[in-house]
Amino acid sequence: MAGSNPNAKPMDLTLKIWRQKDRNTAGQLVTYPLKNISPDMSFLEMLDVLNEELLVRGEEPVAFDHDCREGICGMCSLFINGRAHGPERGTTTCQLHMRHFNHGDTITIEPWRAAAFPVHKDLIVDRSAFDRIQQAGGYVSVNTGGVPDANEIPIPKTIADKAFDAATCIGCGACVAACKNASAMLFVSAKVSQLAMLPQGKVEAKTRAENMVAQMDVEGFGACSNTGACAAECPVGISLDNIAMLNREYLGAKASSENV
Amino acid sequence: MNWFTKTFSSTIGRKIIMSITGLFLCSFLVVHLIGNLTLFKGDDGVTFNLYSHFMANNPIIRTMEIVLVLGFVFHIYDALVLTRRNKAARPVGYAENHPQENSTWSSRNMGLLGTVILVFLIIHLWNFFVPARFGAAGGLEGVVIENVDYDNLYLKVVQSFQIWWYVLIYVISMIALAYHLIHGFQSAFQSLGLTHKKYTPFIKTFGVVFSIAVCFGFAIIPIYFFFAA
Repeated sequence: MAGSNPNAKPMDLTLKIWRQKDRNTAGQLVTYPLKNISPDMSFLEMLDVLNEELLVRGEEPVAFDHDCREGICGMCSLFINGRAHGPERGTTTCQLHMRHFNHGDTITIEPWRAAAFPVHKDLIVDRSAFDRIQQAGGYVSVNTGGVPDANEIPIPKTIADKAFDAATCIGCGACVAACKNASAMLFVSAKVSQLAMLPQGKVEAKTRAENMVAQMDVEGFGACSNTGACAAECPVGISLDNIAMLNREYLGAKASSENV
Repeated sequence: MNWFTKTFSSTIGRKIIMSITGLFLCSFLVVHLIGNLTLFKGDDGVTFNLYSHFMANNPIIRTMEIVLVLGFVFHIYDALVLTRRNKAARPVGYAENHPQENSTWSSRNMGLLGTVILVFLIIHLWNFFVPARFGAAGGLEGVVIENVDYDNLYLKVVQSFQIWWYVLIYVISMIALAYHLIHGFQSAFQSLGLTHKKYTPFIKTFGVVFSIAVCFGFAIIPIYFFFAA
């Protein structure tokens, strides 16, 4: 393989993986020994190897979420050795490589834990609560018509940069998984402030903040204790400043919106 | 529910109440500490007893006492509601979890620290406030200052802090309060959305200095009277 390290020795691992048949069945951690894993593999490729072995043995493969495997889609998850997306900071599970583990390691792999993210099967959780929060207001309403000119509305560079930083949220749910309260504040704050900062988003800023927070509470996420665990574990580095902005937006909206 | 009750029963609304009451209780700590420092005047408690008499009888102070109690009630009530909600948000925990890698201990244990402070508060009120204000729990001895009778709260302070385990409870509680404030002070500004890159670094530093200074000021009182005896 191009770019692989010829000196890297294959490693043997012990995996403890959460297995759960479906939403209504109780699950448990099951131990799987796995041999001959290349340190150049990604974490998900390592799980692919395990699943191939399980299929050959006639066992049910481990179900886990994944899609782009490039760290941009937000589909992969996994709570690895007590950390969301594993031990490395600023990394999604698909971008985590086995060279960060050692020969002989035991690795515990669990799904995100939150009442709002029920386990579908094994390591897959239902994150549609995030979709419903987005549908409550995470958009800009645009009437149809001619295509507007690019850069028609001037936006200061500093504001554009901040909005873009918030927009990098991939909605993976690591913030909820890492938070001791399973709070979705970092996710919601990124979605709210991304649009609240831009002229196009300011039009609906008040109802957006009100409706998205209301939906967040309906979904059963916890409150924010400002521990900062979410931002520390966020694979794309969404800042806590967004949460302060959400608090500001929400209070301002509640005090002055037209919704009585 | 109307918009007002909806706002303050939302998770963000309750955190706003936690912040406002928390910062209000911080202002109370400052007033309380300044008053307590009269204990060090070295006049056998004359200034302290006159001060405590003023605090127990002045109508403005008595009104603020009600506001203070409400501050505690809302702070504690919302803490309980939020804690219940937060526990329910994760019914199944992790088999392996390393939160120390992403957050401070005090930020994760505000409820525990708050409970320690609440237990201390009950002991503290029973020891000083109840006898001084209501004459209950044995009441206080009298003292004559310039031909006027006053309650001798100073004597009660001196006597209480002869007991080693009492001093220990006070010191441990003040350590818990310091940790509670180190997270709580700056957290309140975050919850209120009062962050800015010009001011937030100062607020964070001030919060730590404030927490340690105030709690040290309170803790030194029992230690001083224990060793002065």
